[in-house]
Amino acid sequence: MESFRQAFELLFPPDRELLQIIGVTMRMSFVSTLVSCLIGLPLGALIGSKNFRGKSFLKKLIHTLMGLPPVVAGLIVYSLFTHYGPFGRLDMLFTVEIMSVAQVLLITPVVTGLSSSFIETSSKPVIETARGLGFSGFRTARLCINEGRASLLSVVLNAFGRSIAEVGAVSIVGGNIQWKTRVMTTAIMLETNKGKFSFALALGIILLMIAFAVNALASFIVRENADG
Amino acid sequence: MKKTLAILLAAALIFALGACASQPATPTTEAPTDAPVETVPTPENPVIRLSTTTSVNDSGLLPYLIPTFEAKTGYKVEVQSAGTGAAIQKAIDGNADVILVHAKASEEEFIEGGYGVERLPFMYNYFVIVGPKDDPAGVKDSANAAEAFGKIRDAEAKFVSRGDESGTHKAELKIWGDNAPDAATDEWYISAGQGMGACLTMASEQQAYCLTDKATFLSMKDELDLDIALAEGEDMKNTYSLIAVNPEAIDGLNVEGAQAFIDWMLGDEASELIAKYGVEEYGSALFTLIEK
Repeated sequence: MESFRQAFELLFPPDRELLQIIGVTMRMSFVSTLVSCLIGLPLGALIGSKNFRGKSFLKKLIHTLMGLPPVVAGLIVYSLFTHYGPFGRLDMLFTVEIMSVAQVLLITPVVTGLSSSFIETSSKPVIETARGLGFSGFRTARLCINEGRASLLSVVLNAFGRSIAEVGAVSIVGGNIQWKTRVMTTAIMLETNKGKFSFALALGIILLMIAFAVNALASFIVRENADG
Repeated sequence: MKKTLAILLAAALIFALGACASQPATPTTEAPTDAPVETVPTPENPVIRLSTTTSVNDSGLLPYLIPTFEAKTGYKVEVQSAGTGAAIQKAIDGNADVILVHAKASEEEFIEGGYGVERLPFMYNYFVIVGPKDDPAGVKDSANAAEAFGKIRDAEAKFVSRGDESGTHKAELKIWGDNAPDAATDEWYISAGQGMGACLTMASEQQAYCLTDKATFLSMKDELDLDIALAEGEDMKNTYSLIAVNPEAIDGLNVEGAQAFIDWMLGDEASELIAKYGVEEYGSALFTLIEK
């Protein structure tokens, strides 16, 4: 198929602009995944393991935010950081950093929601068993992570997948600027608008290959660590 | 703590909603309501697929014209808008009956490829160069767009380019000629790869210059911190054409519908409406008809 041939030609030898676009894409996705995991995983663990007043309301709120439409997230961040907006002075609009901010807004609820329900369903029995055996708190936590590492990994990869595949929010706040804020998805959108449908599909194939490579690498690392 | 977070999030949402609501709605001229309302028989094949560019659609001209055409003929026009490249490609792929675009070279290529019946230029307007209100590069007194672009280049003033191979982008590249900046090395030259509206918003945010069709700029003017820096240079003419897709090259077309639409667009009624479009809001018409 024509698109596969074009994808191959872009990669061998690698096209300079494509490499730059992949670089921006990875930077944005890694940073936003990292930040949202730093916020979302502890928050999810807390919500999942503790009982408190307003818990069901909070869970409903998180589940609503999990479905936050990307364009809405983009609009919120845009109106906060626009020239005359409350954070306009930071001059952050149309940068890779602001794209990561929008992504964090989008995927933190996903990390929080998924990890809290994972802790609730899978870790509680582990904690009870550990308590019965008289394990220390540290040992219990380690046991939980070890038992649930596959689920935790899928939470993180889910967040990463959202981030790398998202187009609505990043085009609003990033602006799809060539050599600066263009990522794989906005490049695909641009080629589609140019009418170069098969080239756009070639970029889509490359994006899928990157996502697959990241997934494979992540599960490889997790398995290695478990064995060692 | 979580409560505070929830309140903050709610506040952010409310703020964003407020920001959206406070923006003035895009002004569009009301389509005349005194058109005779008759029940017209629905044509056998009632759907016409019109593929056009974002700048035509963003200017509000089609939503202004099409209801009258539909009421008169019983046809239903489905407008798809994208960059000129995509607008033409959709027709080549068999997904449009008629196109309305503004990029002469691409149009001629389309006809030569056998995909279009005939190029029918029917109206024009001028591209304008818009920029920061204090005009930092001093382009105001330029004789034409090429001279203005030279000044922007010398001053290394920020410039937002469509960068999407649209009709407007092609017109911009033609004006730059051999002096086209390189987005990879010239930091002041911002290649946005987005539609006209998004580029104007970006130019306003970044206080940059931008080449735009006048209609889209005027329809967004209230939301932009930009002014027209140069209008009506002889190298800024922007001609719009209608082309019916060739039934000999593409099957499954609504040939009668496309012809009916073209006949109406080139006829007296549409001409009168086009000549009036924008007069009320902006003091002058946005498009000028080409004398037949």
